[in-house]
Parts: sequence; structure tokens; C-alpha cells
Amino acid sequence: MVEFALPKNSRPTKGKTWPKPASAKNVREFRIYRWNPDDGQNPRIDTYHVDMDDCGPMVLDAIIWIKNKVDPTLTFRRSCREGICGSCAMNIDGANTLACTKDMATIKGAVAIYPLPHMPVVKDLVPDLTRFYAQHASIEPWLKTVSPQPEKEWRQSHEDRVKLDGLYECILCACCSTSCPSYWWNGDRYLGPAVLLQAYRWLIDSRDEATGERLDNLEDPFRLYRCHTIMNCAKTCPKGLNPAKAIAEIKNMMVARQI
Amino acid sequence: MATSSAANGTAPSANGKAYPITDHTFDVVIIGAGGAGLRATVGCSQAGLRTACISKVFPTRSHTVAAQGGISASLGNMGPDDWRWHMYDTVKGSDWLGDQDSIEYLVRNAPAAVYELEHWGVPFSRTEEGKIYQRPFGGMTTDFGKGIAQRTCAAADRTGHAILHTLYGQALRNNTEFFIEYFAIDLIMDQEGRCRGVVCIKMDDGTIHRFRANLVILATGGYGRAYFSATSAHTCTGDGNAMALRAGLPLEDMEFVQFHPTGIYGSGCLITEGARGEGGYVTNSEGERFMERYAPSAKDLASRDVVSRAMTIEIREGRGVGKKKDHIFLHLDHLDPKVLHERLPGISESARIFAGVDVTKEPIPVIPTVHYNMGGIPTNYHGEVLTKKNGDPDFIIPGLMALGEAACVSVHGANRLGSNSLIDLVVFGRAAGLRAAELIKPGEKQADLPADSADLALSRLDKFRWAKGGTPTAELRNKMQTTMQSNCAVFRTGEVLEEGSKLIHDVWGGVQDIGVTDRSLVWNSDLIETLEFDNLIIQAVVTMDSAVQRKESRGAHAREDYPNRDDKDWMKHTLAWADDEKRQVTIDSRPVHTYTMTNDISYIEPKARVY
Repeated sequence: MVEFALPKNSRPTKGKTWPKPASAKNVREFRIYRWNPDDGQNPRIDTYHVDMDDCGPMVLDAIIWIKNKVDPTLTFRRSCREGICGSCAMNIDGANTLACTKDMATIKGAVAIYPLPHMPVVKDLVPDLTRFYAQHASIEPWLKTVSPQPEKEWRQSHEDRVKLDGLYECILCACCSTSCPSYWWNGDRYLGPAVLLQAYRWLIDSRDEATGERLDNLEDPFRLYRCHTIMNCAKTCPKGLNPAKAIAEIKNMMVARQI
Repeated sequence: MATSSAANGTAPSANGKAYPITDHTFDVVIIGAGGAGLRATVGCSQAGLRTACISKVFPTRSHTVAAQGGISASLGNMGPDDWRWHMYDTVKGSDWLGDQDSIEYLVRNAPAAVYELEHWGVPFSRTEEGKIYQRPFGGMTTDFGKGIAQRTCAAADRTGHAILHTLYGQALRNNTEFFIEYFAIDLIMDQEGRCRGVVCIKMDDGTIHRFRANLVILATGGYGRAYFSATSAHTCTGDGNAMALRAGLPLEDMEFVQFHPTGIYGSGCLITEGARGEGGYVTNSEGERFMERYAPSAKDLASRDVVSRAMTIEIREGRGVGKKKDHIFLHLDHLDPKVLHERLPGISESARIFAGVDVTKEPIPVIPTVHYNMGGIPTNYHGEVLTKKNGDPDFIIPGLMALGEAACVSVHGANRLGSNSLIDLVVFGRAAGLRAAELIKPGEKQADLPADSADLALSRLDKFRWAKGGTPTAELRNKMQTTMQSNCAVFRTGEVLEEGSKLIHDVWGGVQDIGVTDRSLVWNSDLIETLEFDNLIIQAVVTMDSAVQRKESRGAHAREDYPNRDDKDWMKHTLAWADDEKRQVTIDSRPVHTYTMTNDISYIEPKARVY
């Protein structure tokens, strides 16, 4: 159950202001959430100043610059730096997105960075995604067939293949699920937009022969039906996908099989 | 979780401080959860072996996810094709440094491996008949070089992403035991030279985990981040290669570093060769399609080393584009927007985000960018790790395999063809599973680990965790990256390489003065980055020193002072060992396999490599 007020030991305090880079002309301010489970302190918001003339254009460039030149203890996940691995999802300037594809020119004023909302924090900007991954595994994300396997490929028409577009591109960054108030509220039982989009990707694959079984697995007041079409998921998806639409399609399939 | 009491009774300590150890025993331990690691994991699990897959990132974050253009296999969906043609292209692409027995194994098993992926759910793009769509790619020809082949199976330009997510699903289906966000520190080797396991740190709480196994498989990828500008992810630090070096094993052909012709200028993000496969071309400042001069037949679809050299020459001779005349244009603006939307949506998005370019209207600024390491841990085509011992150049290290970019089978030789890496992952990942099933029995009893099994790993961990030197990791890493970028690039000379060798050895020596700031144990990314840097620098040194000694030009190794291939003296694999204590590199060689796997095809004799 979501809590309206943060527990006392989770309330961020004013943190350290790190020195400005010497002789830099073009400086940008960053306010970043910090929390280290080792020190027993409340989380804090540290202030950093980045020399924009010495730094790439993306938010990830800036936090790497901070880690390399100012504070090596700043902790975050990152890998591909081109928006395909989904590691560096965080809350930037009030919205969930990938730090590596978020252009700082699109942000006004100081850049505020927090971990993905409503997830347990491991350290600084690193959230614990264990439950999110377990929910993904629960929809059995693999092709299920009963027909004898062909010697070569399963045939799939061009039209059927197009149905997977807008679905298979999901990178499991969790931006959408952690932007969803319903998932904040019922994340233990509601599967959330990312996982439901993945579920629909297998439901709609013309090669898959387990549609009924997959729908049975979702037919539940919580797993599927906690989507209240708030649409934060579609608004925040850094890959431009629309999980809310996928969820609506699943609801349609549920109805269609009853009539 | 497979937790048992400590194998040797007492917990080892380092510098007087004890690190409690959690012990695990498995039949097979696979390090890395990219395409090769996951495919091997699935194979070993299916063989009934108790299998652990360890990864420093969640599996779908592995760098296979960034592969774009496709996976090669002679399916013949777009026209006639033959594995022999694929073999010829791969041998020629390798500049005759590839082992032809391994190449035959690769290309013959490629179609079945692709069909298997399709059966597992990969959302391949389709032809009008509903078959897997295949596109042209660099160096891929029909009829032994006569025509252009369409051999590269694609899921739009997100093929690696589609394959990696599918393989992860299959691993889930086979109930794989994953150890995610565990960082492997060092291998455990015993007195007899057998690999017995690996020591890891669990990143989210800093605990030490010792895995004992009858077989350890390294699928840890390449080390592109030894360079300043690479298409590789930040996590591409070749941890397995470095673990092999520290275990006293050699790395093979490390001088061969592939520069991809089309990294986005500035950010280094990849633009797939499939862009040229779909009809794109590169131009210089005069608007000339200069590849017609360098490769009259294949033009923009020549092999990657050829195109990267041509681009570098154009820039050097003053025909680069942009304010500094230091890059080249890639044109897609003449292509049908529908084709771009359907087949190249990912790179259209990357070009917009990272270069501010609308590909339907403007060219993309590109530059040759470090992309792939042909070199790695020497193996045979079963995945078993080899070394040269007592005069035997194919001596098998028991208990250890290597796969994917970490391995040097060698199918890519001196230059890999585009789309031959994804097929390498799944073909040899599968081969490793088959071999594992032959070599070990499920639940077979394992001897106790040597008493000092965790010493190497823990002493290194402890040294870096408390490192108080004056040079931050980021500063040393930057020195290494800029040295590799300037002294071991597309074109090389003896003088520049000699200087590079001195500079890179200096950086290696600088590790003694490294300073780490974060002393915590929970998600200490300062410490992990330092361990990764320590892995990178030993590979950088080996790369530079391997390049110094090879006095010829072959594939990606282009020496201006030795511009020709020299089959008489240099048709051989470089082997390099590195002593981390003495900071010394030792170089030797082993012969190229000048024979095929079967009699179905005879050895393809070396000839001039013209595209």
C-alpha cells in the first residue's frame, strides 16, 4: 500500500553542496538524490555544478562527469549509453526517463535527479527491480506452440509481423511501471504497464498457440484490471511505446472471448 | 540457492581483514548473460546440468542488446545461397587468419541456429512469403565473390535486442539459476592447471561468493572501453579476458581491433552497416561516393576494415566534412521513407537523438569507431580454451571454455564481417552446451578446492577497496583510452606503436598509485569501475604489444611501414601472456589451421583480398 507521507527516516535532507569547477564559464546546477544504506543517515539532496563546456549533451554525460571529476561515490546504473539497454532509467526533472537519451537542453533551470519512484532504493539512484523482474517472468515471455515444429521457420505474414511493432521494442527499463499511480498503490499484485505490454506482445504473436492459457493467467481483478487508463505510462515511455493501448487490447481480448 | 559450508573450513582473509565467503557448487558456471552466455546456459540446462549464469548486469542489459543489423546464415530466402559461399566470404573477410575448420563449423550450423531462434520467438522481419527477411551486408557475396548476397537475417535494425530478449525468455523457461549483478573477480585454477570455479562479489551487498564447478564458461564480451571512442557499452571491459591473463593463459590475435565505419560523430553511437545494406552510401566533402574508388565492385558494402581505411584516408587528405573536416557523411536521404520506417527505425531514432539529424532529409555525420575485438581467449570450435604447452599449440585447458567476443575461435581472423558475430554467439553457445553434455555428468562429485582458491581474488579486491593512491581511477582510465585511441588506431606505424607501448606500460605502472574514494560495500561502483579498469589496462597493454610485433598488414591491422600481407612469415596467430606482478608481456604464436572440418570443402587458398 502506498504511503502518502514518507516515513521519517526516508525524508530527504539538505545535502552537501560540492564546489564549483574552477575557471568554468558555462556551469549548470544538479540536485541529486543520495542515500547510502551503510551510514544510517536519511537520504539527502546533494548539489553539484557541472562544466557544460567539458561535458556531453545528455544527462548521463553530466552524471558521469560528476562521478569522474567531482564525486566518485555517486552511484547509478549505466551501460549502452544509446537508449537500448534500459539500465539508466531514473526520475529526471520530474519524469521517468533514460539519462542517456535525455538532452539537458530540454530542461529549464537546475536539473533534479531522483531514483525511479516508489521502488526500494539500494543506493543513490539504483532501485531494487527484483519484483519487477519476477512479474515479467510470471507472464512466461517465450513462444508457446503445440503444432509440430517446421523444419525451417514458422511462416508469419507481413501484416501479422507488423502487429508486434510498438511492443517488441520494450527495453524493460521500468520507467512506465514506476510512473503509474496504480502500480505505486498495488505494485505487489498489479503487474503494471511494462509487464502487461510484454504479455500482449506474446498474446498477439501469430505464431503463439497459448492465447487462452495466457489470458487465464491475466484474468484477475489485480493483475490486469488495476489499469485505470491514467496514461502516465504512454507519456513517459522513453521509447515512445504505448503500454496503455496494449492493456486496452488485452481487456478487449478478455471480453471478446466471453461472447 | 546452492549454499554449502566453506570448502576449506576457514574463511580466507586479506590484509588481516576477513571476508566471509558464501560457497556454491554447480555442474557448470557461465559468466556473462549476453547472446553467447545465455545460449550456452540454455544448452547446459537442457542437458540436465545444474547451471548457474552469473552476470554483472541484468541479462537484457548485456551489450548483445545493441546489435542492430542482423545475423548471418545461408537460408537462401532472398535468392540462391550456399554455406560454401558464406565460408568463402568469412575466410576472405578474415584475411586468411581465420581457422577454416572453425569457420566451416560456424557457417554449416548457422541456418539451424537461426531457425531455432525463430522457433523460440525472435520477431524477425518478414518477406512477402512470410519467411525471415534477409538483407545485404558488407563482404557477403554469392558464388565466391561474384554477386551480392542477401544473407543477414534481420528484425528491423534491432536484431540483437530481439535475440537477447528471446534468449532470456528461454533461460527463464529452462529455470536457469541466475546470479544477477554479481561481478566476477578471478578464476580459481588448481595445481594441475584445471579451472575449478570463480570468485565473485555480489554488488548489492558486497558479499563474496565462491562458485565451484566442473566447467566454467567465460562469455564476458569484448573490451571496447580500452579506447576513448567506441560503440561499445560502458560495461564492455573484457573481464573474462583479463581473468584468463591473470590465470596465466594467453590471449590470441589481440592486435586486431575492428573500427566500425559508421559510429555517430561525437557520441560514437552505432549506425548499422545495414544502413548501407539497404542502399545508404558515404560521401566526402566534395559529395563524392568515394568507395567506388577503393572497392570498385562491392563499393559501400566492402568489408569494414576496407571502408574504415578509405574514410580515414579521405579525412587525412583534406576531404572530410564539417567545420574541422574530420568526419564523413552517411546518406540515407535518397531512400524511401517507408523503407527507413520499416527496416531502419532504430538508427533513424539514434541519428535524431545523437546527431540532431532527420535521416529522410539530411546525411548522418559518421566516423570510424572502435567496435569489436577479433582477438580473445583461444578456443577450438567446441568452445574449449586452448594454450600452447610443451610444443602443443592446441593444448586444452580442462574445465574452462570461452565464447562470443571474449573468445578467439578463430572464425573472424584479422577482420570480422558484419552479422557474423551474432551467429558466432548462438552457434558456439550451442556447441558449448553440446560439449558440456559430453564432458561432464550431472551432479558429478567435485574435489575440494585448493586451499588458496580465493586468495588472488580477495587480495585484488582488498587492494583496490582501500587504495589510497594519488590518481583517481577515472584519470588513469582516461590516459589509457586516449593512448589507445592515438597510438593503436586504424593506421599504425612502428614508431607510433613503439611510443604507444611505452605510454601504455606507464599507465599500467600507474595502477600502483590508484586512488579509490568509495569505501562502502553496497553497490560500490567506484570499486567495480576500478576492477574493470584493472581488467582493461592489462588487455590494452597486450593489444599494443601484439600490434608492435606484427610486422605486416592484415585485416584490421594496417601497418604503413609494412603495407602488405606477408603469408610466409605472418600467417600465424599471435599469443600474448601478461604477468600482472612484474608488468611484463610475453609474445609467442601458434599456427593457423590450414585445414577444414570435413572433406565437403577443401582449404581455401590465400589470394589477394580485393573488394
